[in-house]
Amino acid sequence: MNQFDYVRPASVAEAVKAASAPGAAYLAAGTNLLDLMKGGIVQPSRLVDVSRLPGLDRVERLADGSLRIGAMVRNADLAHDPDFARAYPAIAEALLSGASAQLRNAATVGGNLLQRTRCAYFYDTASACNKRAPGTGCDARGGDNRLHAILGWSEGCIATHPSDFCVPLVALDAVVEIEGTSGRREIALDALHRLPGNTPERESVLEPGELIVAVRLPAGARSFAAHARYLKVRERTSYAFAVVSAAAGLVMEGGTIKEARLALGGVAAKPWRARSAEAQLAGSAASEAAFRRAAQAALVDARPSGDNTFKIELAQRLIVRALTVATQGTPDRVPALPASPFSSAIGALHV
Amino acid sequence: MNLSLRLTVNGEQREITLDDPRVTLLDLLRERLQLTGTKKGCDRGQCGACTMLVNGTRINSCLTLAASHDGADILTIEGVAQGEHLHPVQTAFITHDGFQCGFCTPGQIMSAIGLIAEAQTGDDPERIREAMSGNLCRCGAYVGITEAVLEASRILKDTKAERAA
Repeated sequence: MNQFDYVRPASVAEAVKAASAPGAAYLAAGTNLLDLMKGGIVQPSRLVDVSRLPGLDRVERLADGSLRIGAMVRNADLAHDPDFARAYPAIAEALLSGASAQLRNAATVGGNLLQRTRCAYFYDTASACNKRAPGTGCDARGGDNRLHAILGWSEGCIATHPSDFCVPLVALDAVVEIEGTSGRREIALDALHRLPGNTPERESVLEPGELIVAVRLPAGARSFAAHARYLKVRERTSYAFAVVSAAAGLVMEGGTIKEARLALGGVAAKPWRARSAEAQLAGSAASEAAFRRAAQAALVDARPSGDNTFKIELAQRLIVRALTVATQGTPDRVPALPASPFSSAIGALHV
Repeated sequence: MNLSLRLTVNGEQREITLDDPRVTLLDLLRERLQLTGTKKGCDRGQCGACTMLVNGTRINSCLTLAASHDGADILTIEGVAQGEHLHPVQTAFITHDGFQCGFCTPGQIMSAIGLIAEAQTGDDPERIREAMSGNLCRCGAYVGITEAVLEASRILKDTKAERAA
């Protein structure tokens, strides 16, 4: 690990000032950043420790019915908050399907949004990687790339964003509150992450020094609570990143879908909202045929970036299954194997 | 740059001066406080051997800087037994052969103590396995580990109920 200055600011304003210097990085729990620093993948000259900044660890219901989640709220605390899990069950399920219990106890809301890709070539400093070292090329293109992007990728980068949490968040129109040198601003989570294009090293629209202070769910996000699921295909059922994941939320009226929300994870450099599929589902009967049409619409622009053509079909099948289980209704409790596409079948062995 | 820290480690107050901010919580305990019961496996947050309780919560101590924990209450494997009297989780690991080589065991035991305190699994072995998935055991003692955690959670639940009665 490179040498760095360690700064522990007392306020958000102090933090923003300290982190505006070139080479500075924010440190929250560090579950991703320290891993990256140990591998020499990132080498910040200053760490601004925001993990204990006052006021950022609260979850509060605002007067307009929206929910404000402080950026330093721990993943496990949020997922196990009974009121939160009841109102936003797909988010709780996504959180509990990610990482391990130890990591969820440490990892923060803000850190989850800004975690880096798990592309093995990004992590291997001997490999060419336009994200880690702009202009050096992309060894993932000709390498082991079966888990890489199928949407929104570029010739320069085919990495995916690894977050589970972000997938239902983006489906529910989450808003990100950001503090910077020129004050506070807010943007839709959907607009936070950038697609790689020719600048894969620029992963978000955040400017130097800008700090995510909260994530807000609008009042309407609660209306999907009765029919909300997150499903995640992994190479093992626990403690693994998604091959493909899907968050589905429905507002049902009898057998008819009044409103639908759908987003995918593991397919692109950002959590992928499937708006055309949502539009197709709205007003239609909840049927397998309708789900298949929606799944096709969601993946219509998908193309393989390597040995991952299978992910296009897999994503479509997962969408159908997520919509099917969402239609059946949100379980009273997050399943024993959160987000497992296999655990809902009675008597079936988990895979 | 010197950083001073105050920690409670296994009930004992420790004043620490760090001459380097890069020291992880794990390395602080192992290399500077000579508490080598906590093991360093992968050092990258993948194996769980370094699990300890910080303010009552289990985390991977390899993925956090010591400097971030000024004022924290730390519990490691060295602090769970009462003298010669083992913690119920330790006893259950012995009863159920929850280990072979023992390298992952301090992390497994600390993780199990954290899991029981979180009170999310009940006596569902599936939920216990899921909640222990952050602790790898390369000897493959998982069956015994799950049985040990099940038994220890039952014993601790009964003890709690008796105390309340």
